[in-house]
Amino acid sequence: MSSKIYITGMGVISAIGNNVAESFASLENLKSGVGMLDNIRSRHQDHIPVAEVKATNEELTIMAGLTLDQQSTRTALLGLIAAKEAVRSAGIKDIKEFRTGIISATSVGGMGMTENLWNDYLDTEKTGPWLKYIEAHECGDSTEFIADALGVKDYLSTISTACSSSANSIMFGARLIKHGLLDRVIVGGTDSMTRFTINGFNTLMILDKEQCKPFDANRQGLNLGEGAGFIVLESEKAAKGKEILAELSGYGNSNDAFHQTASSPDGAGAYLAMEKALKINGLKPSDIDYINAHGTGTSINDLSEGTAIDKLFSKNVPSISSTKAYTGHTLGACAVIEAVFSILSIKHNTIFPNLNYKTSMEELSFKPTTVLEKGKKINNVLSNSFGFGGNTSALIFSRHQQ
Amino acid sequence: MEGFINGIGIISPQKTFGTDDFLSEVVEHNSKSLRCIEPSYKEFLNPVLARRMARIIKMGIAASNVCFKDAKVEIPDAIMTGTALGCLEDTEKFLLAIIENDEQFLTPTSFIQSTHNTVSAQIALQLKCMNYNFTYVHKGFSFESAVLDGLMTLAEGEAKNVLVGGHDEMTDKYYRVCDRIGYFKEETVPTMELINSKTNGSIAGEGAAFFVLSNAKSESTYAKLRGIKTIYKPKSNQEIESKITELLSSNGLTANDIDVVVYGINGDARFDKTYYHLKDNFFKNSTATYFKHLCGEYQTAGSFAFWVASKLIKTQSIPSAILIGDSRSRGFTSDGEQGLAIKNVLIYNTFLDSDHSVFLLSQC
Amino acid sequence: MDALIDQLKGEIIEQLNLEDLKKEDIDADAPLFGEGLGLDSIDALELIVLLEKNYGIKIANPADGKKIFQSIRTMAEFVQANKK
Repeated sequence: MSSKIYITGMGVISAIGNNVAESFASLENLKSGVGMLDNIRSRHQDHIPVAEVKATNEELTIMAGLTLDQQSTRTALLGLIAAKEAVRSAGIKDIKEFRTGIISATSVGGMGMTENLWNDYLDTEKTGPWLKYIEAHECGDSTEFIADALGVKDYLSTISTACSSSANSIMFGARLIKHGLLDRVIVGGTDSMTRFTINGFNTLMILDKEQCKPFDANRQGLNLGEGAGFIVLESEKAAKGKEILAELSGYGNSNDAFHQTASSPDGAGAYLAMEKALKINGLKPSDIDYINAHGTGTSINDLSEGTAIDKLFSKNVPSISSTKAYTGHTLGACAVIEAVFSILSIKHNTIFPNLNYKTSMEELSFKPTTVLEKGKKINNVLSNSFGFGGNTSALIFSRHQQ
Repeated sequence: MEGFINGIGIISPQKTFGTDDFLSEVVEHNSKSLRCIEPSYKEFLNPVLARRMARIIKMGIAASNVCFKDAKVEIPDAIMTGTALGCLEDTEKFLLAIIENDEQFLTPTSFIQSTHNTVSAQIALQLKCMNYNFTYVHKGFSFESAVLDGLMTLAEGEAKNVLVGGHDEMTDKYYRVCDRIGYFKEETVPTMELINSKTNGSIAGEGAAFFVLSNAKSESTYAKLRGIKTIYKPKSNQEIESKITELLSSNGLTANDIDVVVYGINGDARFDKTYYHLKDNFFKNSTATYFKHLCGEYQTAGSFAFWVASKLIKTQSIPSAILIGDSRSRGFTSDGEQGLAIKNVLIYNTFLDSDHSVFLLSQC
Repeated sequence: MDALIDQLKGEIIEQLNLEDLKKEDIDADAPLFGEGLGLDSIDALELIVLLEKNYGIKIANPADGKKIFQSIRTMAEFVQANKK
């Protein structure tokens, strides 16, 4: 059993950049990706801000290194772009050199196509090459699309636990390596903007009509985003001689078991997930230098998460911020996108600010970091991701010690 | 890695729920889309909770509930389920409302319940179970991923009992959509004739099957799960055989040790040849059975086969409804009375020839 | 007012899928949430849409629902006062 999980590559695409370098530049320049919707038509496009990747599906196809006849769903294309960057950055020349798997995550899968074509699917008079998108509706389809493009064959799976999905794909991938079933796993997730999700969250009345304000007393809700991220996890054997970006040193999953959508007021599930994550490598709360919070900007999440953090850290909360005001809430992809940000934080000893924060919440002991902080050594980052259905997950990324 | 199958709850197109019977009678559906025989849910859910729930959620709660009782487990240490399509009925309902009302006057209930993890989440919510909770959504690997996670979780040492399950539902509209890309047959085929069909496509199915996997044998144990392997888009029969050999040899077995093989034969002339190749060559000495004529084809049909294999071992009998033609070569009879012991059972299943899976179960 | 109360009862039963209930089972003054009918926050969102769709009344802040949805009667009074 390989005890350590090394991260050797990463790739990301979201509203703040098409790759890791662009994303890092936006994070450093406090450049939010939240704006108005361009790429899909919606009745809400003028009054509900979102964080969209500013590229059409055709442009994404080219960006993914494909020809236009190889086009797929937006979810699959975003995923492939990030996965290719991750594989490239890990310096993988021969994907078959080690037993390699892919674990992806998504909440909407191919819904972006389904919602446009549903009536045509049901109309047997109509036909066309678009019929191929019927199969692409399934969540697993984008994973197989990415796997086929990369030549990954040894193990494939896809996870959907709402907004914690890609934290769980990272966790599952790490465990597959620890059990000796794989040497290398490309883990992450992808989700695209759809009318389905915009309208869904709108019915819950939790979408902010302005840029979201995580952990602010006057927060009004979240902004939806889209994007994808993948990181490459390797065993000691596979990572030998490579540059190690960071180690995955903890992971925890639990269920809040409180309500189908809302988090419990005391954040019991969140607390358990963070506690489990610390336990994996025997870390203490005081070892954590920075928390990349789930921090969606909804009234309920930020209070629940903040309360759990206050309890776990006995009100000695380290530097903390939510980066959702940059990327929007990218649902199934948010955990891995924030994993990439956490690794960047370690690599550059930088804490990215919690944008749009003004007024502190009186229920919480801490205030998030609101300016770009550089210079403090960041060894361990805790990253939280929570979702509908009470799914709560926490990950810990650590500096690689030679 | 291994786990004891200590409890089962299954709702399917056959009479499998709330009974010890093992397919003594076959329910003929006269349909190209087999739907589950559903119980009354009053016993499992209070009406205030049930009023919002779509069929698949109720099936999931009822089947898991019976499964826990069967295993005499109150709260599992982990919940992991597989579903390719999630809560299809609610997804469709919300999608239709968006299209028909042009994004106006939408209500949240069907959206909330459309997320793929709703069934796992509702099981946890009913039990107030705050433990590990996962939902796998990878086509023909959905249930298989949940089972592997279950075995890994038991091997990690802290969990004693985990719930693994597979669930998918079919709707009238989604059937019509999938029918457009050749998933299903044009003609209706009688249940026991499906295996002889020479046309393309299969029949649609659905189901919700849950199992308690435990780290120790108990009074209720059905069988021991000794391993699982998935094979993605195999290029040849040799590749399939070498993966099966890996699984068998890691358990000190060879093909000759397998008493019964449960094949995912679904009457689709395009894909059944893989099964027949295994049956006539690699497993030529094993008794051959099949199951998809009873539950239909769906991404998590492996969970129905998992029930079949568990029952084969526990009852030490093979119902005639699943026996393939002339393959009583090892002396089994349909009632098992004079048969040899059923010690080792292997399941071989694929979804659309792309996602292949192998499960190994043994008597214990 | 009685006619409106009766109408609202029917609409609520339908919208919230309260299959086992008849109009006469619902007391116009009984609390809708918690004890009384046992409705929850998701039902509150359903009721907000019901008012918008059937009576053209928009409630922008879900927190306002608490007061309006105390009972069928408070709901009817609100509809009467704000109907377009």
